[in-house]
Amino acid sequence: MRCGDFNETYIRDEEIFQSHFVKFWLGLFLLFLLLFPFLANPYLLYVANMIGIAVMAAVGLNLLTGFTGQISLGHAAFAGVGGYTSAILITRLGFSFWLALPCAGIMAALAGLIIGIPSLRVKGLYLCIATLAAQFIFEFFFIHWESLTHGIRGINVPPPSLGSFLINTEKRFYFVTLIMVVLGVGYARNLVRSRVGRAFVAIRDRDLAAEIIGINLFRYKLTAFAISSFYAGIAGALWVGFMRIVTPEHFPFYLSIQYLAMVIVGGMGSVIGSIFGAVFMTLVPELLNILSGSLKDIFTGATEIFIPLKEVIFGSMIVLFLIFEPRGLAEIWRRIKAFFLLWPFSY
Amino acid sequence: MDILLQVIVTGIATGGVYGLIALGYVLVYKATSILNLATGSFMTLGAFICLTILTSSGAPFWIAFLGTLAFAFLLGIAIERVILRQLIGEPIISVIMVTIGLAFVLQGLTHLIWSPEYRSFPEIFPPQPLNLHFAVVPSGLLWGFIFAIIGSIVFIAIFKFTRTGVAMRATANDQQAALSMGISVRWIFALSWSFGAIAAIIGGIVIGNISGISIYMGDIGLKVLAVIILGGLDSIAGAILGGLIIGILENLAGIYIDPLVGGGAKAVAPFFILVAILMIRPYGLFGKKIIERV
Repeated sequence: MRCGDFNETYIRDEEIFQSHFVKFWLGLFLLFLLLFPFLANPYLLYVANMIGIAVMAAVGLNLLTGFTGQISLGHAAFAGVGGYTSAILITRLGFSFWLALPCAGIMAALAGLIIGIPSLRVKGLYLCIATLAAQFIFEFFFIHWESLTHGIRGINVPPPSLGSFLINTEKRFYFVTLIMVVLGVGYARNLVRSRVGRAFVAIRDRDLAAEIIGINLFRYKLTAFAISSFYAGIAGALWVGFMRIVTPEHFPFYLSIQYLAMVIVGGMGSVIGSIFGAVFMTLVPELLNILSGSLKDIFTGATEIFIPLKEVIFGSMIVLFLIFEPRGLAEIWRRIKAFFLLWPFSY
Repeated sequence: MDILLQVIVTGIATGGVYGLIALGYVLVYKATSILNLATGSFMTLGAFICLTILTSSGAPFWIAFLGTLAFAFLLGIAIERVILRQLIGEPIISVIMVTIGLAFVLQGLTHLIWSPEYRSFPEIFPPQPLNLHFAVVPSGLLWGFIFAIIGSIVFIAIFKFTRTGVAMRATANDQQAALSMGISVRWIFALSWSFGAIAAIIGGIVIGNISGISIYMGDIGLKVLAVIILGGLDSIAGAILGGLIIGILENLAGIYIDPLVGGGAKAVAPFFILVAILMIRPYGLFGKKIIERV
């Protein structure tokens, strides 16, 4: 705790911004994010967009897995539902992107509700397998419901527009992503300190005890599934808006694992952790990509080993974090902060 | 009628192999309560190692086979020692994710060492198919089935009759009681992992013989989840029977449902069955009924 920083009420204790210092730095960070597109090149902006989309999905999944303790191995499928919903609404029914975005979220939330129903009957391992099955079943529908999804050819989507202003570059889309991420993270951060968020944590810590103190498990588990898939749906719709195409290959099982890895690497049960996780897990493959690109001239095989090497590093990061830092980057961040808080008198 | 019988016979033969891979899950789960999602990668790795021994040294099949089994044994023990032991008592999601991470590491390593192209096994078994008059069993499937049955019988016999097997069953039943009877639960855990790896790797070799091997054959491992859920996560007999049932249903779906939906039904059918079982009878046919409904 900071020197002289005493919380005298619970409301004060629950505040997101504990001091003016935090507000100041957050303000500065937001300013940086706003100015970032004017300084960066298109590649960096592309990466920034991917990070933003990943943050949306990871924050959502963390609400479900980190806070409520329900494992979902099928989150990519929910993102896929969102992506397909927005693509179909835009191309078939002529919806604007802005209207299709919330619709995609709602549709994904409905899918999440359906997949969440088994969570009332089975849990832990069994729920994990049920969501895994859901992933493959949704993928099957994406591929084989030809009349709706155009199968593996996918659907091309026009870029979103604001009046006659087309949002068709990385730089323009960056602001869309940024706004959604700020809204999403803000909502999640507030949700977890509300009654609902505390109910989630109670369910995670001991579901029997939670039920006995009056938490309606049925309602809150399904709420967690719905909110979490809503985030995934928004992430999927953003992805489609950004890439302007949707095919079944974009929402594979691997992506589900990637989202879970972000949550784990970032830190389960921490909103800021999922941001760290999403940034980290998106940047590492990109760095590897750059590295193998620059090594191409020295070693001829550098690009060929890139894909398997990515897998090995991805897998070992999951394993190493779970063994050595189960609370993730958020915990490392907290330790760094604590170190500097007391520095140089750390006793 | 002929087609139906043929489909069922093929299904049974495929199902035998599924049963063997399912054993890979069940043997680990029974003793350690860990669902090893890296089973599929074990399969792939084992099949590649067996193939490499066969082609590089020209050794006869049984030497390559035994060499691969020895490797599987060491792999299982090493993974338990180095990774899973650190996670005893951690929440279920950590353990599952560790096995998924492991799957990616193994798959990536397989890809790095052997290139991703598809290869076929040298002919090991006599190629003539078995003619049952009402149906024909292709040679690969037939021998796969025989291997699967022998493997299962050996594992069941070990569990039933050997000292180690009894110790494993005791550990599965009650770890504290097993410890107080002088059983080394640590050793049993390690051994279960190596047994699981052995079962999975035999499955991998058999499948490699039937349809050739590529680095993606580990995906079958996920399909086999339906088998173990149907049979019950901790039941050896359930794994075998579940394998047969899923094998038949999957092949039926491939013949009768595929034309209706335009392909892909065979691959996805096990997952539909999986969801249905989870809704109706989550502990499977023979599993222990310890599911809390909360």
